[in-house]
Amino acid sequence: MPAIVVAVIVITLPLFFPSAYYYRIGVLVFIFALAVVGLNLLMGFAGQVSLGHAGFLGIGAYSVAIGPIHFGAPSWLCLFAGAILSGAVAFLVGRPILRLKGHYLAVATLGLGLLVAIVLTNEAGWTGGPDGMSVSRLVLFGWNVRGADAWYWIAGTTFVGGFVLALNLMDSSTGRALQAIHDSEIGALVLGIDVARKKLTIFIISAMYASVAGSYLALFNGYITPDAAGFLRSIELVAMVVLGGMGSVVGSLVGAMVLVVLPQVLTIFHEYEQALLGLIVMVFMIFLRRGIVPSIVAAFAGRRK
Amino acid sequence: MAELLQFISSGLTVGAIYALVALGFTLIYKSSDIINFAQGEFVMLGGMTTVFVALAGVPLPLAALIAIIVTTAIGFALHRLAIEPARGASPVALIMITIGASIFLRGVAQIVFDRRFHSLPPLFGADPIQFGGAAILPQSLVVLASATAIVTLLWLFIDRTLLGKAVLATAANRLAARLIGIDTRRIVDFSFAVSAAIGAIAGILITPIALTSYDVGTLLALKGFAAAMLGGIGSALGAVIGGLLIGMIEAFAAGYFSSNYKDAVAFLIILVVLVSIPQGLFGRAKVERV
Repeated sequence: MPAIVVAVIVITLPLFFPSAYYYRIGVLVFIFALAVVGLNLLMGFAGQVSLGHAGFLGIGAYSVAIGPIHFGAPSWLCLFAGAILSGAVAFLVGRPILRLKGHYLAVATLGLGLLVAIVLTNEAGWTGGPDGMSVSRLVLFGWNVRGADAWYWIAGTTFVGGFVLALNLMDSSTGRALQAIHDSEIGALVLGIDVARKKLTIFIISAMYASVAGSYLALFNGYITPDAAGFLRSIELVAMVVLGGMGSVVGSLVGAMVLVVLPQVLTIFHEYEQALLGLIVMVFMIFLRRGIVPSIVAAFAGRRK
Repeated sequence: MAELLQFISSGLTVGAIYALVALGFTLIYKSSDIINFAQGEFVMLGGMTTVFVALAGVPLPLAALIAIIVTTAIGFALHRLAIEPARGASPVALIMITIGASIFLRGVAQIVFDRRFHSLPPLFGADPIQFGGAAILPQSLVVLASATAIVTLLWLFIDRTLLGKAVLATAANRLAARLIGIDTRRIVDFSFAVSAAIGAIAGILITPIALTSYDVGTLLALKGFAAAMLGGIGSALGAVIGGLLIGMIEAFAAGYFSSNYKDAVAFLIILVVLVSIPQGLFGRAKVERV
């Protein structure tokens, strides 16, 4: 049901777009929403914080940047390779660090994200260093993908796919096991759930979501800098999850929408942009502390009673 | 040998600043369970306010005092206006509020001040002292002495005064503290104000060595947080040692390995330590109640 609503939104939204600029914003919303859905699976459902998720975004982005230029591989292949690489990194690092809890896990994932960003910044021979590198355009079956409207449909479709996948995942036995882990790790353990393995599975999946989003971002912008993997990007992703609503897949779309559109709107305030952004994040979190979507749902449920 | 001394002195100087930031994290965490990501902004505000008040013609010591008072007031206001209204929200929501606050403070700082780098004159001149072949900046000694003084004063205060004992009681058990008549809200007010003051002092001390600008806070918050976690969150001793360790690791990594990868080496070591000791060096293992 929510999947159909989201699909309808994706399809009908362009009817209200007055210019190509809006397509551009739409693409960015869907790309970030994709990464946020993945992160929300980890944070909202499994209850595991990651302050380094932009690291996976960076791996995905630089895969499609480096692959075609240094190895002559097609972009779409590099996108998959990036996702597999991100999954592999998550697999290797996940088992030891997911034993950590709460703020310790936060600092470990933060370190992981920073390591990726530092490598991307310093290996200038491969990545162009802090100035970044340009990314060759996506070519699909001889079709040269260009223009924001083409990307709108690609990103929109992928987002709906990721969205449906996440919903189904949450309804599966793995999803229920993850929610049990969220409520009480020891409780879940006693029930016979392989906690370490389930946490690792969802960490890998959420890393792959971020990686695909990163690849899209690089291909769409045609340019990428190490900032994509930076600490502030990670914080932004977490902010989207929390603002939209932890554990709400629809919230991921709303959170991404708010934090992509808001800075665009705020540019008219010039130098006040950052101060206003900080203020709005604070006000949202104070008054809608469970996130936008869960708070609205709760308000409606309360009225119906 | 001279090289070694040089790295130790620069490592300890930066480490002392990290330690002060980590101490700020710890103080707030102890009294309220909140990780305050605006801690780095306190450091920035201390340095930047001093620079601009001094530029307005106020003598430097007075400017520093004004900066500490302003930052302390901002720390207090942060708790009263942003954290207190959200009481009972989830830890992640509270962290998001402090991150929002740090974006806000950074945004305001670039309007009120500017977006350039600034420095302050060192307290005892810029001529390095030669010691065993190493050149040590007098300001480094000022940083180390001040950090030692702050840590000692804070320890004396917590250990010897009634208010300090109330802070300890709040940290140990909030409900029990309220039951015996401690106004825990005031204690949290107090810990935010003191953390802000410590941050501001750290910012003023480091500016002559490392420069300051509106956006230095992020990196310092990150390092301070990492230091607090390395030491074991909630342990003041851990915060200080964690800070000094990270400073030293960075200095040695920069000296013997590569200055581009000094942060990478620091975080790699933090990862290894945390994976082998999940509660940090001095933290207590948390027992989960089911």
